[in-house]
Amino acid sequence: MKVPLRFIVNSEPQELLVEPRQTLLEVLRDELGLTGTKEGCGNGNCGSCTVIMNGVSIVSCCTLGVEAEGKDVLTVEGLAQGGKLHPLQQAFIEGGAMQCGICTPGFLMSTKYLLDNNPHPTEQEIRLAIAGNLCRCTGYDKIVRSIMAVAQGSGG
Amino acid sequence: MTTVAERKVIGKRATKVDALDRVTGKAVFGADFAMPGTLHGKVLRSPHPHAIIKKIDYSKALAVPGVKAVVTSADFPIAGAGTAGGELLINISDLRRLVVAEDKALFAGHPIAAVAATNPHIAEQALDLIQVDYEVLPPVENAIQGMQPQAPLLDSNRYTQSLGEKSSKPSNIATIHHLERGDVDKAFQECNVVIERRYETQMVHQGYIEPQACSALVDADGKITVWTTSQGSFNVKGQLVALLQLPQNMVKVVPLEIGGGFGGKIIVMLETLAVMLSKKSGRPVKMVMSREEVLKATGPGSPTYIKLKTGVKGDRLYAVEGEFIYDAGAFPGSPVGAGLNVALGPYKVENMRVKGYDVVTNKPRVQAYRAPGGTPAAYAMESQVDLMAEAMDMDPVEFRLRNGVQEGDLMANNQPFNRIGLKEVLERVKSHPSWNIPINGKYRGRGVASGFWTGAQLTSSAQVQVNADGTLSLMTGAVDLTGTRTTMQQICAEEFGVTPDKVHVSVGDTESVGYTDVSGGSRITYSMGTAVNRASQDAIAQMKQRAANQLKVNAEDIEFADGWFRVKGDPEKEVSFLELARTSRRGDGPIIGKGVVSKLAPAPEFAAHVVDVEVDPETGKVNVLNYTAFQDVGFAVNPTQVEGQMQGGASQGIGWALTEEYVWDKGILRNATLLDYRMPTALDLPMINTEIIEVPASDGPYGVRGVGEVPIVPPAGALANAVAKATGVRLYQLPMSPERVLKALRDKAKDKA
Repeated sequence: MKVPLRFIVNSEPQELLVEPRQTLLEVLRDELGLTGTKEGCGNGNCGSCTVIMNGVSIVSCCTLGVEAEGKDVLTVEGLAQGGKLHPLQQAFIEGGAMQCGICTPGFLMSTKYLLDNNPHPTEQEIRLAIAGNLCRCTGYDKIVRSIMAVAQGSGG
Repeated sequence: MTTVAERKVIGKRATKVDALDRVTGKAVFGADFAMPGTLHGKVLRSPHPHAIIKKIDYSKALAVPGVKAVVTSADFPIAGAGTAGGELLINISDLRRLVVAEDKALFAGHPIAAVAATNPHIAEQALDLIQVDYEVLPPVENAIQGMQPQAPLLDSNRYTQSLGEKSSKPSNIATIHHLERGDVDKAFQECNVVIERRYETQMVHQGYIEPQACSALVDADGKITVWTTSQGSFNVKGQLVALLQLPQNMVKVVPLEIGGGFGGKIIVMLETLAVMLSKKSGRPVKMVMSREEVLKATGPGSPTYIKLKTGVKGDRLYAVEGEFIYDAGAFPGSPVGAGLNVALGPYKVENMRVKGYDVVTNKPRVQAYRAPGGTPAAYAMESQVDLMAEAMDMDPVEFRLRNGVQEGDLMANNQPFNRIGLKEVLERVKSHPSWNIPINGKYRGRGVASGFWTGAQLTSSAQVQVNADGTLSLMTGAVDLTGTRTTMQQICAEEFGVTPDKVHVSVGDTESVGYTDVSGGSRITYSMGTAVNRASQDAIAQMKQRAANQLKVNAEDIEFADGWFRVKGDPEKEVSFLELARTSRRGDGPIIGKGVVSKLAPAPEFAAHVVDVEVDPETGKVNVLNYTAFQDVGFAVNPTQVEGQMQGGASQGIGWALTEEYVWDKGILRNATLLDYRMPTALDLPMINTEIIEVPASDGPYGVRGVGEVPIVPPAGALANAVAKATGVRLYQLPMSPERVLKALRDKAKDKA
């Protein structure tokens, strides 16, 4: 039986019926059409489904949709504001921080959470903050450098 | 074509054309594509590694509300002859049995049936209601066991092929490869140093972050359309046509954005099942794998057992004897042949006798994995090279330089090398700080290893349309795995003398562009780059003819530069590019340049990696301190992307060397999650420094070589050599996980005591 879910996604209120077994990832992708959030493993190990809920980064594949009731969720689609890219998005483009790009939304959300709470992290703090996000194409080098460029104020 | 000094676009750092779509979440990957009315397919997989399928009853599953179709092997036509695949070939009859088991389940995870339902949860529940009667058989757990005469047989109709002959009895050994040169027995007697060792590596996975995903629709008239995330659209079409026995014009394949492949998305897995489910249900069917399915049932890289005996005469690597055993999984076709070439390729060896065994076991059938077969082979050979250099008290880079191949020397398969850059790569290592700055501290050490990969060329097609406003629309048939659209845009812009933003580049489906082989074998920049160059030149030639007609001269008298077609020697007579572009709408009609490439010479890739490690003696953990990748890339069209390939390949190789392995328990995979199958995280790696060396390739435009694969070849050897230097203990098994390293350290301490 479906249950009502009311929450805010990318600054817009949403009201819909969901199955209690649906994950937040499924609700975002299948019910709201926000396919920028990706599923890489389905059990919280790869970080591709990372979103920010009430200011905290979470893996949406391990969160039930109904847990988002009354909460405020930000996905990669909500990162650019007023037609302007977030500095991290700009830095990832300029720094060549992606190849296939399937992991990119997850990295952007994890990193936004980091910089919101620690605007000037060290390289080691950056590596720790993204250790839950797997990338198989880049070896992380250009991702870390792009984040460092933003953290040092020279990116974006 | 411009000279190197005149180049305005290629050779410069270009921003990835599809980057904006990726950072905003708009790029449509396999699982993101949806059609109205789509059903969701799920696969029932064998829980047993080896079993006879006696009976399948899916009546209860079909009765579940929401279930629209169930398919099993009985729904597919009997396979015909032929082979399929892009890098590793597979027989069509084997491919049919791989896609869905016929009479036997050959690995845990082997598809038995598939269900389509109105939602994925219903499809999953229906799987539980399918009743399968199995007669469980003892599994072949590894290649060594499989080669024993009393081993259980996977296929009683499989015989060993060796030197053109067929064995008298059925066997799990599918093929024995032979390479022989000179007089090996005599040569070893003349050697001053002879070293013999055994090496073992485990099954590993490509680890692409996007699980396999596809959608299929069979029209009422039988026309099939498949939207998929594969490395080759035409390759998928070819396999579907062969498996379903249809005319080629009845299958259209549309490529979606692909979230990593590395060789693992070449053979069709879900596509065939999705097509059959759509045919039976009359609705579009979408299928997406779980990560567990990806690890258990796609196509990992071969586990290997390698025995090498190498001899030095004077300071020359003089004799090699070897046995390479590669586990192919459930059906033949491991990359053992490529492994032999990679091991022996970088060295001049006068005398060799090497055998390669392709062996089937009850594991998922392997697929290509970046320089398929190369990493284990290079790990073994590069370990041997360091052991020989050490025995001779010679610098390991110097030993590699003295014995390294140059143009004209023979590959292991007796083909001569054309222009190659191994010497230039090693010279750069020799003079580079990463090799020369002293490394100090207990349990620290530095290692080096070379790497070689031939690369593929195959067939590529591109077309460029000159629009009436002077902009260009470029379409290629090559799936873009990591940034090749950007490279193709650069090449097209260079040839037309325009800025890259004037060129829009797209990847065509199988009905809008010419036949193109798989995106693999490091071949796209080399082969497709040549096709794009030719397509551009073809369009420019058509425009020269139009200019000649207008100016009343011969086309040979026209030259094109800076946006103008001018008469040679009479530059007052000219017509602009834009004016001629306008004639595509009125006047002479469309200007469409075509470029096709089917025969290029190989452009071999060589690399060398230098790594510093620190080993924790308490835990056995190997920490990578510094890493530098050196590579001859011919010509770097986009240095940012070339560096990215070198860094990505190195990090996959580091994972293979230190942490990644399939852990088996009687044929059942025990670590089918990304927590337990441990790929490197950002915390495990340092920055990966890159040194680009440019020795132009013999063939193709601009001197480019493929760059994607060779970076995964040296890491395991370099790390094994570094660990040996750091600890005095050499590891003969990959991965060099903490438990293996700790055991080796303790065994050494015991030996001393």
